[in-house]
Amino acid sequence: MSIDKDAVKRLANLSRLRIPEENLDEMVGEITKIIGWVEQLQDVNTDGVAPMNSVVEDMKLPEREDVITDGNIRDQVLANAPEQMDGYFLVPKVVE
Amino acid sequence: MTDLVELTVAEALDGLAKKEFSAVELTEAHIKEMDRARELNAYVTETPELALERAKASDERRAKGTAGKMDGIPVGMKDLYCTKGVRTTACSHILDNFVPPYESTVSQKLEDAGTVMLGKTNMDEFAMGTANLTSYFGPVRNPYKRKGDDSFLVPGGSSGGSAAAVASGLCMAATGSDTGGSIRTPASFCGIVGCKPTYGRCSRWGMIAFASSLDQAGTMTRTVRDTAIMLEAMAGFDPKDSTCANVPVPCYEKALTGDVKGLRIGIPREYNPDKGLHSDVRHVWEATAEKLKAAGAEIVEISLPSTMYALPTYYLIAPAEASSNLARYDGVRFGLRVDGNSLDEMYVNTRTEGFGKEVKRRIMIGTCILLEGYYETCYLKAQKVRRLLCREFEEAYKKVDVILAPAAPETAFGKDDDSTKDPLVMQLYDVFTVPSSLAGLPAVSVPAGTSDENGLPIGLQVIGRPFDEETILRTAGVIESMSGMSVRPLRVGGK
Repeated sequence: MSIDKDAVKRLANLSRLRIPEENLDEMVGEITKIIGWVEQLQDVNTDGVAPMNSVVEDMKLPEREDVITDGNIRDQVLANAPEQMDGYFLVPKVVE
Repeated sequence: MTDLVELTVAEALDGLAKKEFSAVELTEAHIKEMDRARELNAYVTETPELALERAKASDERRAKGTAGKMDGIPVGMKDLYCTKGVRTTACSHILDNFVPPYESTVSQKLEDAGTVMLGKTNMDEFAMGTANLTSYFGPVRNPYKRKGDDSFLVPGGSSGGSAAAVASGLCMAATGSDTGGSIRTPASFCGIVGCKPTYGRCSRWGMIAFASSLDQAGTMTRTVRDTAIMLEAMAGFDPKDSTCANVPVPCYEKALTGDVKGLRIGIPREYNPDKGLHSDVRHVWEATAEKLKAAGAEIVEISLPSTMYALPTYYLIAPAEASSNLARYDGVRFGLRVDGNSLDEMYVNTRTEGFGKEVKRRIMIGTCILLEGYYETCYLKAQKVRRLLCREFEEAYKKVDVILAPAAPETAFGKDDDSTKDPLVMQLYDVFTVPSSLAGLPAVSVPAGTSDENGLPIGLQVIGRPFDEETILRTAGVIESMSGMSVRPLRVGGK
């Protein structure tokens, strides 16, 4: 898939960002450049090499007691919300 | 007596113990210096009242004989660490009203050790940058200037505010964070010591995430001894971060023996390209290797053949993780909200206004790489190359104990230099720091000399085996003492 204006619009939509019409060409250029630049990785022979998610992959994932550890500070957490009501986060109306 | 802001952490701890001055006096001196140096834009939130309160409590602890290991030391906190009740923004508009209801593990540990937080330091937005030019609160100025040239130099990024603050005496030490070089590059540009410990050495809990498989907390100080003291206070297991390693934290100061006899130091051939390494940096690197050899170390030429692939690997993995991590900024639970007619429109409006240009660029790239069609060829491929890079380091560490390399290809550059205009050119500044980030290895940048051309400081990087911070700090300590570089701050406007 090559990167064109429609592809950038699709990426912007997936990223929940708006790229103004006049900046679309610039973004097409930037992403095309990056994708072209990383193309060099195809020269590396990675046959039989597993992808590495994390350098601590040998570590056993620690488990903890299944207890609530959120601090019981609902009001302090909500204090950062742009809009809240009765202990809930408020968002624009979703269901008509 | 030396001006209090000129002391190192170790000297200040000594002076506090001997009752030569109080933590309140030490803190007041730094607050005054912060006032004098506001033109650097090193801090984005100053907390003088809180600092004086903590300094007073520190003096009381010391009087009672319950002082911690860094009790009374004024520190700067990168604005990426959540600090309870103190605004934390990652220098992004999208978080510019966020006041965390909790404290990050690292900042809590530093508080438990008795440090006095002076404020939150400036940084690139969400730690995405190498020059501290992407901060919503404006650029940070490097206290250093080129010989005979008054132009505004960048401090490096992303921990540019911390670096400038430490370098100019606006705090005795500061936290940084390093994803692809964000501690080591600014340390090199500002002539200070910057240490990124092993991935998993410090807890990431409460650090605002950029790329979770790479982000690591670290130290910025004026001496290697201060780094040892601070790292010990910050490091350690934390059950709240599942990638934080449950391994004991040694006393790093004890590792500073000043002796490198028999130490095998690797010089990677691939870090010495014909193009893209300033001759003054190369000169300092070679001269330092010679001096280490004279001090009894064995210099071994090594090869890390995939080095050239580290940058493209990093610039696939980091944006992919960032695009996912930054999905949480949706205008619902915290931070900025820009209204819209629907929920989706509100998300789009909020994120479009809240994120800066570079952050948006990286989110778009990351989203692209994770798309079907690119996921296999780009993202998974990068993860495979990452493993190869790790293996090459493992092989190298069979032959050597540490690796010595430049920290940055050049000295600090100007804010308006042409190179700052092109993101792909800017990325090249990470060329020597990114490989060890991908491999999760500990690395410390230490001032090793100055440029003949422009007089600016040059840092060298000592990279070690996983969880062997002791050997890199020991080596860095020797480099520091051989370098003849001053450990005193470069004060803005003189004394």
